[in-house]
Amino acid sequence: MIDQQIGALFVQVAYIGASAAFILGLRGLTKPDTARRGMQLAAFGMLLAIIGTLLNHEIVSYEFIIIGLVVGSAIGLPMGLLVPMTAMPQRIAISHMFGALAVTLVGIAEFIYTRDSAGGPGVVKMTAIGFETLFGALTITGSFMAFGKLQGFIPGRPITFPGQKLINAAVFFGAVGLYVTLVLTQSGGSTEAGLIMFAVMTVLALVIGVTLVLPIGGADMPVVVSLLNSYAGLAASATGFAIGNNILIVAGALDGASGFILSILMSKAMNRSFANVLFGAFGGEKAAASAKSAEGLTTRSVTPEDAAMRIGYARNVIIVPGYGMAVAQAQHAVRELAELIEKRGGRVRFAIHPVAGRMPGHMNVLLAEANVPYDHLFDLDEINEEFHACDVALVLGANDVTNPAAKSDPGSPIYGMPILNVQDAEQVIVVKRGMATGFAGIENELFYLDKTSMLFGDAKSVLSQVVTEVKGL
Amino acid sequence: MTALLTALGAAAAIIAATSGGAPTAAVSTTLIDAQIVEVYVFLLAAFIGFQIITKVPPLLHTPLMAATNAISAISLVASIVIAGAERPLFINIMGAVAVAAATINVVGGFVITDRMLKMFKKTEGPK
Repeated sequence: MIDQQIGALFVQVAYIGASAAFILGLRGLTKPDTARRGMQLAAFGMLLAIIGTLLNHEIVSYEFIIIGLVVGSAIGLPMGLLVPMTAMPQRIAISHMFGALAVTLVGIAEFIYTRDSAGGPGVVKMTAIGFETLFGALTITGSFMAFGKLQGFIPGRPITFPGQKLINAAVFFGAVGLYVTLVLTQSGGSTEAGLIMFAVMTVLALVIGVTLVLPIGGADMPVVVSLLNSYAGLAASATGFAIGNNILIVAGALDGASGFILSILMSKAMNRSFANVLFGAFGGEKAAASAKSAEGLTTRSVTPEDAAMRIGYARNVIIVPGYGMAVAQAQHAVRELAELIEKRGGRVRFAIHPVAGRMPGHMNVLLAEANVPYDHLFDLDEINEEFHACDVALVLGANDVTNPAAKSDPGSPIYGMPILNVQDAEQVIVVKRGMATGFAGIENELFYLDKTSMLFGDAKSVLSQVVTEVKGL
Repeated sequence: MTALLTALGAAAAIIAATSGGAPTAAVSTTLIDAQIVEVYVFLLAAFIGFQIITKVPPLLHTPLMAATNAISAISLVASIVIAGAERPLFINIMGAVAVAAATINVVGGFVITDRMLKMFKKTEGPK
């Protein structure tokens, strides 16, 4: 008896230590130079929590635990070590799926177990289990869809069909209705009805995950991935409520808060209301409106040699990377060019829009991988006033985030979206594969300005040519 | 900073205070108390999370996502109990799958976060 109490106390102390480690670890992430140690502390906290749990007196056999730990490590370790940085959005999306899968399985197991044990789950516990399973299940399929779109085996464009909203609403209210019924009847009574209701609710939640992400286009992925991050956290927190475990509540709440904040930041950067994001109604209507057509306007195209001349003699260069840089894997060529300009006495900075790429911070990670020092990377607010003092702004596969129409044309679908003031630079060089419009489906006035030169081609090969030319200057 | 530590201390104190109350408590009032305290824990943790995470620079948003993902794989703790407790075999097996899924995130998540953070470097030396 006393041994058991000491054991329980040890478990709780381990959990408290882990909570503190998680919070302090995340605090480390507020600065780049403390980030790494912070995360090591968090990892230590996780180890502490696992060891504490293994000592739990409820556990009678370890076979299944060991099998799970070994299989999970065997998959997780190579994934962690080998996934290339360019595949980071996919890897984050699929990891939300694994987290949600664990949470959902725990929810289903708890539901079945508490129904069979004396007294049933009760209203409060059923509320938590239902919420956990609902959010967990929709995050599983939602994350898998996001993974598919990012990996490219599901088309990245928005997929819509007639009556989509109606079907979505029916599925959504069906799942919520079953959830409420289950809570009010405390798991649906002792008959089979409860089990069936729970099963149908789980399946509907899986369907919601699919229909939520289906109509969303590739460029909206930063919002989706952040939102799924938040859902996965909330589901983990609900697990904590269901089994009365505080460490789950704390860690889930931290994850939920993080995903929520990132979702808000991303939707602000795309000029969408948060409600718009929450209900997944984005990506649909806006492609229809097209503000100004490009008729009668001409662009000026330049060769890599011309571009090299301008860049090579520039004193102050700002590079604006976008998804095109990631697609072309041009980050190493960019770094080479930046170093070359610096060697020639120029100054190079990178201006990074919050929604550049396919997830929050995507560009920063790619450039860091290519050894660009992080003090060269600047946010929208930090650098936007600097464009008018810069000789050359080099836009690399970014489009909508540089469109001046967001400021000047109230009729434009992207009006009001914060943009990088690239048009203030003395000269603009845009590296692009062709004249295709960006995700918003609208023309970019920037490309037709007198000061703008278009450098057509694959970002990586074009930049390599520019680098060679600059070397020869 | 001090506000943070105070909040942290309060959260820890609450966790400590509730740790005694096993979920099997027979008296219904203590059960409700325990659940109310769980709500407190959630609110405080969410509050601290908001305070800290709004301060994370956009530079580190991708590592932040990877890190919170690894941390939320704390559901491993719940999975372990289900896999190892005295329950029907199929529930133990579900638990084992859950343990595997959560472990992928714990191991992979922390490894990949570290790999990313290792890459972020300042300009070397003063010029």
